[in-house]
Amino acid sequence: MDYKELESFAKEIRVNIVSSICSIGAGHIGGSLSIVEALTLLYKKHMKIDPANPKMEGRDRFVCSKGHAGPAVYAVLAEMGYFEKSELLTLNQGGTRLPSHCDMNKTPGIDMTAGSLGQGMSCAVGIALGAKLKKDGARCYCIIGDGESQEGQIWEAALFAAHKKLDNLIVFTDYNKYQLDGAIEEINNLEPLAEKWKAFGWNVYEVDGNCLEGLDKAIIAAKANTGKPSMIVMHTIKGKGIEFVESAKGGCHSMSVSCEQRDCAVNEIRGGLC
Amino acid sequence: MLKEKLMKEVFTDFIKENILADERIIIVDADLSKCIGSNPLEKDFPDRAINVGISEQNMASVAAGLASYGFIPFITSFGPFATRRICDQIMISICYAQQNVKIVGTDPGISAELNGGTHMALEDIGVLRSIPHIVIYEPTDNVEFAAMLPQIRDHNGPVYIRMFRKCPPVVYKEGDTDFNLFKAKVYREGKDVTLVATGLMVSTAIEAAKQLEEDGISAEIIVCPTIKPIDSETIIASARKTRAVVTCENHNVMGALRSAVAEVLCEQCPTVLQSVGVKEQFGEVGKMPYLRKVFHMEAADIVVAAKKAIGLK
Repeated sequence: MDYKELESFAKEIRVNIVSSICSIGAGHIGGSLSIVEALTLLYKKHMKIDPANPKMEGRDRFVCSKGHAGPAVYAVLAEMGYFEKSELLTLNQGGTRLPSHCDMNKTPGIDMTAGSLGQGMSCAVGIALGAKLKKDGARCYCIIGDGESQEGQIWEAALFAAHKKLDNLIVFTDYNKYQLDGAIEEINNLEPLAEKWKAFGWNVYEVDGNCLEGLDKAIIAAKANTGKPSMIVMHTIKGKGIEFVESAKGGCHSMSVSCEQRDCAVNEIRGGLC
Repeated sequence: MLKEKLMKEVFTDFIKENILADERIIIVDADLSKCIGSNPLEKDFPDRAINVGISEQNMASVAAGLASYGFIPFITSFGPFATRRICDQIMISICYAQQNVKIVGTDPGISAELNGGTHMALEDIGVLRSIPHIVIYEPTDNVEFAAMLPQIRDHNGPVYIRMFRKCPPVVYKEGDTDFNLFKAKVYREGKDVTLVATGLMVSTAIEAAKQLEEDGISAEIIVCPTIKPIDSETIIASARKTRAVVTCENHNVMGALRSAVAEVLCEQCPTVLQSVGVKEQFGEVGKMPYLRKVFHMEAADIVVAAKKAIGLK
């Protein structure tokens, strides 16, 4: 699959995200848009999965530890055929299978529940360990937030994954530089982030997380790596791909989306004028 | 003989047998495997007895990940660190996510003795009891514990085991097997007052019943090892008969046995209720006889509470 095709897929994911969030009027749009390229590459290219059989034995797992990016994951799952795209418009409605934060007991294709920050990464470590014990060759992919990296549990998990040499674990940091209350560097700086992961014994890549080609190369390299878990620090833009969201910077963590803004965004994503 | 064993040996023997027999069983420790007795398992079964080091949050969520992969992990630590320290990991990674993880917290209540107040879990049951569907079990003695462990393994869902580590008082006869994880047991029949007891307080309640008998009072004893879900049927049947109830627990009286029994009685069979247990105090260091005295958890305290309950009928 070439990058042009992946780029088209990513565009549809962004359309799905803004449409589903608009259907309920507001949501975690900024941190959903920033991880679209990572999800596109994982689900369209790298993960061993079967949308017709979401619980397939030996499948690769994905844990969205920054659980509030549920709308991005649902956008991909629907596009992959795990459920009908029309269901995206039930996001956060009472009785929905698509709650704000990922829930493995509600949504086909979700491998782990997350929402209380820091925990999903430890769960991913447990999954990678389980795959090693079962020797089924499965990998576990996980995306953590940059703000989430302020949680102590992230570093407990980091230490243990390296100790267990979990080279079937590939974690991405969505380093979009903003957390709910503002800029990471002003609230509780993470720098030097890549060096921290190296010091914890991880195989570390640092890439533009919104560039398909560069990110793809990092994933390919991480998959080939042995003896260590891999961390891909993705420099991303919060709200990437939709101007009114992107320009809100820190304000786009969770924001309202009107029908007019959605229509404008869909045009913008598909290359038209707003 | 089970009665000669430490309770932690009953647990580790069960884990060892099950590691050999059942490929789903895994034990996860957080640097207390030498205290809990699982240390040799880490040498014999390095894949199935895992030590995450001093990181209880990570232990709980890693176990949830393993459970999602089909394993049945037993996570272990001292009571306070296996519960109140990781309450949210138990809530979200394990219970909300419906992962089949068993949580073992050792040294319940005042049995933490010389580790003192910081290590004395007097609120662990209270912390966990409001989490939907979790089962909370406190073994009475080794005979009952050995019979319950397979039921705990076979129950598909989170279970908290509040485990004494040392050699516990003997309550049941060797060979008794009639135990149901979800049923309380009428250990001794009586007509004047009901003593509902858990864990280490069961043998204290038995002693108290003997003292009460000398005073002409007939006490019924209900052993209630599973605090959640509580066996309301057995408690109500006894309360209807005696019309006076005393709860006896090695825990703060808020949130655990007394609260559970009070909820059952208030809603279904209003009955005079008194309680023996820790009341609005933090733990402190000391040996068991001293701690029983300062926290008013001796047989004599149960006798006083029973007489008060009878007087309030």
